[in-house]
Amino acid sequence: MRPRLALSRVLAMAWKDLTTERRGKAGFNAVVFMGAITLLMFGFALGPDAAALRTAAAGLLWLTVLLSGALAFNRSYESEAEAGAMDALLLYPGSRWPIFAGKLLANLIFVLLVEAITVPIAAVLYDIPVLTPLPGLAGVLFLGTLGFVTLGTYYAAMASRVRAREVLLPLLLFPMLIPLLVAAVGATKAVLTSDPMGYGAAWIKMLAAFDIVFLAATFLTFEYVIEE
Amino acid sequence: MLRGVDLRLERSEVVALLGRNGSGKTTLLRIVATLLRPTRGGGTVLGHDLLRDTDAVRGQIGFLGHTNGVYPDLTAAENLEFTLRMIGQPVDARTIGSALEVVGLSSERDTRTREFSAGMQRRLALARFRLLSPALLLLDEPYSSLDPGGAAMLTALIDDTRRRGGAAILVTHDITRARAVADTLVALEDGRLVALGPNELPPADTFPEGDVLGARSSARSAR
Repeated sequence: MRPRLALSRVLAMAWKDLTTERRGKAGFNAVVFMGAITLLMFGFALGPDAAALRTAAAGLLWLTVLLSGALAFNRSYESEAEAGAMDALLLYPGSRWPIFAGKLLANLIFVLLVEAITVPIAAVLYDIPVLTPLPGLAGVLFLGTLGFVTLGTYYAAMASRVRAREVLLPLLLFPMLIPLLVAAVGATKAVLTSDPMGYGAAWIKMLAAFDIVFLAATFLTFEYVIEE
Repeated sequence: MLRGVDLRLERSEVVALLGRNGSGKTTLLRIVATLLRPTRGGGTVLGHDLLRDTDAVRGQIGFLGHTNGVYPDLTAAENLEFTLRMIGQPVDARTIGSALEVVGLSSERDTRTREFSAGMQRRLALARFRLLSPALLLLDEPYSSLDPGGAAMLTALIDDTRRRGGAAILVTHDITRARAVADTLVALEDGRLVALGPNELPPADTFPEGDVLGARSSARSAR
């Protein structure tokens, strides 16, 4: 496939998904609300001990991103299902990877926007200083989110043709995310605590490695997942 | 399941595929559209192999299934813009306007298709074919939900494809419509081709069980 056509398809898919999402604001609002309420519930569950909250903040933040992000992935192929448009997408000649890349890009922007709202909420609720380590934190959030969204978009495609997709997606996705979650929490903790043990770089390298593996595996196999 | 179906379309030919529910009409259409892979058999579309040259086949066909494939949160114009971007064509307001005009939706250009009736969505799906200019139309119950005006537009689209040397396979339950539009009527019965003839459809029970047309297992379609 010509690179220009591939790029045109990637951008068209992302534009279509983001436009659909923007016009049906309920989805974004629901995901942000889900994120905020999850952070609040974790706060209540751990009690008023500020030190305990700060210690657990990185893990709680990533669990919140995972739980609310999964809602977004379920919606990712909803427009195709509602419109019966998957056949039309599959009938465009050429590789399928631009379809995946477009959806991945839209989901990445969506989840990063959700994080732009939930991270400040977490900072207030758990009393974590995010301004000083902001560049490092943003980098870790991006790397972790990229891996998470890559797998989420992939498994959402797998589940999209199943009636019980809302149930199936977390069952498929969450076990696969455990290594990424461990690395993301480790890297975030290191960034937020100024990395006293010097493990931060190792966690970040591990996150980057997961991203590369996930991207390569999903791009290579998406074609087989999406076809009947 | 399709068994021993052997079907050949000439250029400018329109074939109507008839049969009861579950007889295999949609399956055959989806195989020709490369959306399903046959377990055995094969076929060619304009010389391109259905199994090996799927991209080349997809570049030649226009498929309209039971659903319209129209995104409800995009406007009519945006739906066509999306199609243009997906085929790598420049987004040109005149091209979109002319495609909408052909299907009578010019005045609804900026209306989200969620507000469209089923018939209007069907028309918009047909407008996509104006952008794709397919050589082989694969239409599954295309007249459903279309009003007389929409039906006339669809017939004009089929005639236009025929004039350009293209062909069409039309799945329908409407024998009267099939006779009016198609050159050849084909009936599928339990996955077998049981009748084939120019504008005639003998009752299926006049054909004994073994009297099927075609030697190859599964679908062999549209050359």
